[in-house]
Amino acid sequence: MRAPDSLLPLRLEALSFEAGGRRIIDAVSLQIGGAGRTVILGPNGAGKSVLLRLCHGLLAPSAGRVVWNRPATGRHRQAMVFQRPVMLRRSALANVAYGLKLAGVAPREREARALRALGGLGLAHLTARSARVLSGGEQQRVALARAWALEPEVLFLDEPTANLDPQATREIEAAIANIGAAGTKIIMVTHDLGAAKRLADEIIFIHDGRVLERAGAEQFFSGPSSRAAAAFIKGELL
Amino acid sequence: METIRLALGRAAEMIAGFDPQLVQIVALSLRVSVSAVLIAALVGLPLGAAIAVSRFPGRQAVIVVLNALLGLPAVVIGLLVYLLLSRAGPLGELGILFTPAAMIVAQSILVTPIIAAFSRQAVEDAWREYEEQLNSLGASLPQAALTLLWDCRFSLLTTVLAGFGRAVAEVGTVMIVGGNIDGVTRVMTTAIALETSKGDLPLALGLGIILMSLVLALNATAHGVTELTKRRYG
Repeated sequence: MRAPDSLLPLRLEALSFEAGGRRIIDAVSLQIGGAGRTVILGPNGAGKSVLLRLCHGLLAPSAGRVVWNRPATGRHRQAMVFQRPVMLRRSALANVAYGLKLAGVAPREREARALRALGGLGLAHLTARSARVLSGGEQQRVALARAWALEPEVLFLDEPTANLDPQATREIEAAIANIGAAGTKIIMVTHDLGAAKRLADEIIFIHDGRVLERAGAEQFFSGPSSRAAAAFIKGELL
Repeated sequence: METIRLALGRAAEMIAGFDPQLVQIVALSLRVSVSAVLIAALVGLPLGAAIAVSRFPGRQAVIVVLNALLGLPAVVIGLLVYLLLSRAGPLGELGILFTPAAMIVAQSILVTPIIAAFSRQAVEDAWREYEEQLNSLGASLPQAALTLLWDCRFSLLTTVLAGFGRAVAEVGTVMIVGGNIDGVTRVMTTAIALETSKGDLPLALGLGIILMSLVLALNATAHGVTELTKRRYG
């Protein structure tokens, strides 16, 4: 059980999002709580990324509500890593420390915490390097470190390995697993079946802006209950 | 041809010998234009960044006006500042018309739109890339604007240098509000105009050479900064 001041569970109440006359998220109601790694899976254009942004508060819903267990909690107990890492034009260390500064962490603590986070992601040797000239995989790990240093209760990940080679993908996935094991709730969006199989404890399958299915990962992959999910697992629905 | 050759030789002598009159004119030019650019940067950079990250009704109109101000003729700014500062004008009490202060004011007005318009563009491009990430980290709009200014620092330095180039090379405003008074408000451009019309080519050419070198050096610096930082910071 989580402490009473926990952010979780996160409740989505008839959440909808429209853009350009198109309904991208269609009356989604969900409750996400507990520990472990929740993977929001679905084909391209299903509305996964939009759903994640609605949860994180980057987008405002057209209808419905996003309700955290502790509504007054600021952004800083949740963090997000994007598909393309956005690195500031400064060192890797300064990128991580920047997030801590915005979170109101005292200047004396920032560097130590940033170094710890970078070290935890195997980046201790790169702390002084300019973040924008690092490789894609390294940048994504710096982005993960920046999010992790905030010690978030919930970490949102939007296709974090979509642009990476297999080696970098393995590193990022291992890091995500570690962060989850350390007690952070992982909510990850992907359309990559492999990533979902490797990382998910539970799957939320969405298609055309609706939740079609929600199940434990094993159960989902061995016996999906919706036809769309079955087609997606077979690779017939991209 | 002979006249020009003689004048060039004499100009070279003046530069090499730090001719006092030449030095004084160059020093005043630099003082006026550097001050003006500092003021313009202090106003223009935050203004550009603020417009870049904020959304308000009429924003597009503000951007159009700002971009139009880039092409504002220097003489027109000179005229407006002259009217403001002339004894009958609203700021006539200051008594700064025909002083270097008036020239600084006029050049600041000339350069501020340049710095504001280009920094607006640079910061807005960066904002498009950074917006979600900065929002996710909980940055307020002023925090985001400052972060973006710092992240664009190298391209903005180029903009400031371009602004300085425009200021130091323009003749319209300083002529009108400075009056080209010998030893008081005579800068490189106004001196060149005057000496050429008087037929005193060596001083005009000497100043011309210095002005050209200065503009060339500015551009080389801007180019060098851009290339170096692209490699080092990405």
